[in-house]
Amino acid sequence: MVDLKININGLEFKNPVLTASGTFGYGPEFEDFIDIDQLGGIIVKGTTLEHREGNPYPRMAETPSGMLNAVGLQNKGVDYFIQQIYPNIKKYNTNIIINVSGSKLEDYLAVIEKINDLDRIPAIELNISCPNVKQGGMAFGTSCASAAEITKAARKICKKTLIVKLSPNVTDITSIAKSVEAEGADSVSLINTLLGMAIHAETRKPVLSTITGGLSGPAVKPVALRMVWQVSKAVKIPVIGLGGIMTATDAIEFLLAGATAVQIGTANFIDPQISVKIVQGIEQYLARHKFTSVKEIIGSLEV
Amino acid sequence: MKKTILDLEIIKKQELNAFHYTLTLKAAEKIPVILPGQFAQVLVDKSATTFLRRPISIHDVNIAENTISFYVKCVGPATQKLREYKIGEFLNVMFPLGNTFTLETESPVLLVGGGCGVAPLLYLAKYLHAQHVPLSVLIGARNKNDFSELEEYKKLGNVYLITEDGSEGEKGIVTKHSVFNQINQFKRIYCCGPERMMKAIAKIAKQNNVECEVSLENTMACGIGACLCCVTDTKEGNKCVCTEGPVFNINQLKW
Repeated sequence: MVDLKININGLEFKNPVLTASGTFGYGPEFEDFIDIDQLGGIIVKGTTLEHREGNPYPRMAETPSGMLNAVGLQNKGVDYFIQQIYPNIKKYNTNIIINVSGSKLEDYLAVIEKINDLDRIPAIELNISCPNVKQGGMAFGTSCASAAEITKAARKICKKTLIVKLSPNVTDITSIAKSVEAEGADSVSLINTLLGMAIHAETRKPVLSTITGGLSGPAVKPVALRMVWQVSKAVKIPVIGLGGIMTATDAIEFLLAGATAVQIGTANFIDPQISVKIVQGIEQYLARHKFTSVKEIIGSLEV
Repeated sequence: MKKTILDLEIIKKQELNAFHYTLTLKAAEKIPVILPGQFAQVLVDKSATTFLRRPISIHDVNIAENTISFYVKCVGPATQKLREYKIGEFLNVMFPLGNTFTLETESPVLLVGGGCGVAPLLYLAKYLHAQHVPLSVLIGARNKNDFSELEEYKKLGNVYLITEDGSEGEKGIVTKHSVFNQINQFKRIYCCGPERMMKAIAKIAKQNNVECEVSLENTMACGIGACLCCVTDTKEGNKCVCTEGPVFNINQLKW
């Protein structure tokens, strides 16, 4: 029997597979396909203080081995989440994590205050890396000073495990990671999407309404893997790796590179059962290589 | 209607004309209940260029035989690749997805399809016919070679045709067909086709106080309401075409 349990600064996960924010709705969307309780955790859609309509259509472009999105944090706001969604998902026997986003520091803090009261939410993921909003979002995550400032303020009030989601659209992601670690983040998750664009040559127009959008899918995996490897060597807090994971083998590569857990994102769109298949695939890999615990392979890359 | 993912065997392929073809797929097990207007997400080949599934209308259903069929227009690499699949090969299909048309039980209805927009109408017509709903079908095309399966429709109701070049039926665009002179005989119009055509039909329906539903098309990633990529702008804000559609009452839209 292989032990798949991992923990993030005291918070236990039954296995290292989580679903990435914005790719898994709130969970019910996937109930026809999988037993959500088999996952290590789910990270629900980016939640803001107020209702957000998101960006105009078109919001998506398929690109070689990936896709660009420009959804722009469409969500009905934290109060709606608490009243209408939370009662339906708190039954899940897995870690339900809320991805918190906003345009201003005060908005992030107001959302955290409200989530603090929810018993079944053990952690929040602070999104300082959304590339698809005009104000805030990624702007907080692209300088060490602003990343540190927002993490410090969030840490002060957050009663939950605090995960900070980092942007790859920076010169040196390790320095951002160290900045948020210094201000009390329990963990960092990376990478959010890479800023990209797509053009229709025939019409001479951008494909996305916002011109630029966030690239995800297997196209970004080598970049994500490299960043996870660099960051996990630079910080002491656990790293959660994501970016183009399509298979259990991809997930194992992230664990070997130093990730304590992984998130499955774009792959959910192609196969809504993939997250559970990846849990099973990791278990089989560990058994095949005679490991007794998944912890044995974390950061065990032989170089 | 539980959504499911099955590997379906291609048991029939029909080349209709330069752009259109149909595929009939059979499940080894019982297929779920499918309602008219619903669609499927088809995994074409998971290659670099067709990385995501493709949303395709369910064109016909045979619940006894456990088959479904697709009416596909070749518009890009994925629909071209799909055309190259052979009988006996399998496709990974997620279905049934989306909502359904409001299914009348007795009042006369008009089904309007333009181009590839006929895709969801055959199953709708069969379903309504089985409920003894008097139905008329108006199909528009560029020329007579674009029509297909007319014999099928003729078994189900009155069929009206119009072509841009006048080679079959009346001459002109769909919205100019004379059937609209007696539009008030219909309780409801169901419409699918190019957006410009649907907007024009919606306008006629509004002017005459006839209920009208349209089936929208959109590029999608997930097809199950998770990614929020396929939204359409409605009077109540952005709604996902995949889960809150693809069928919308025209009064919901800002048309």
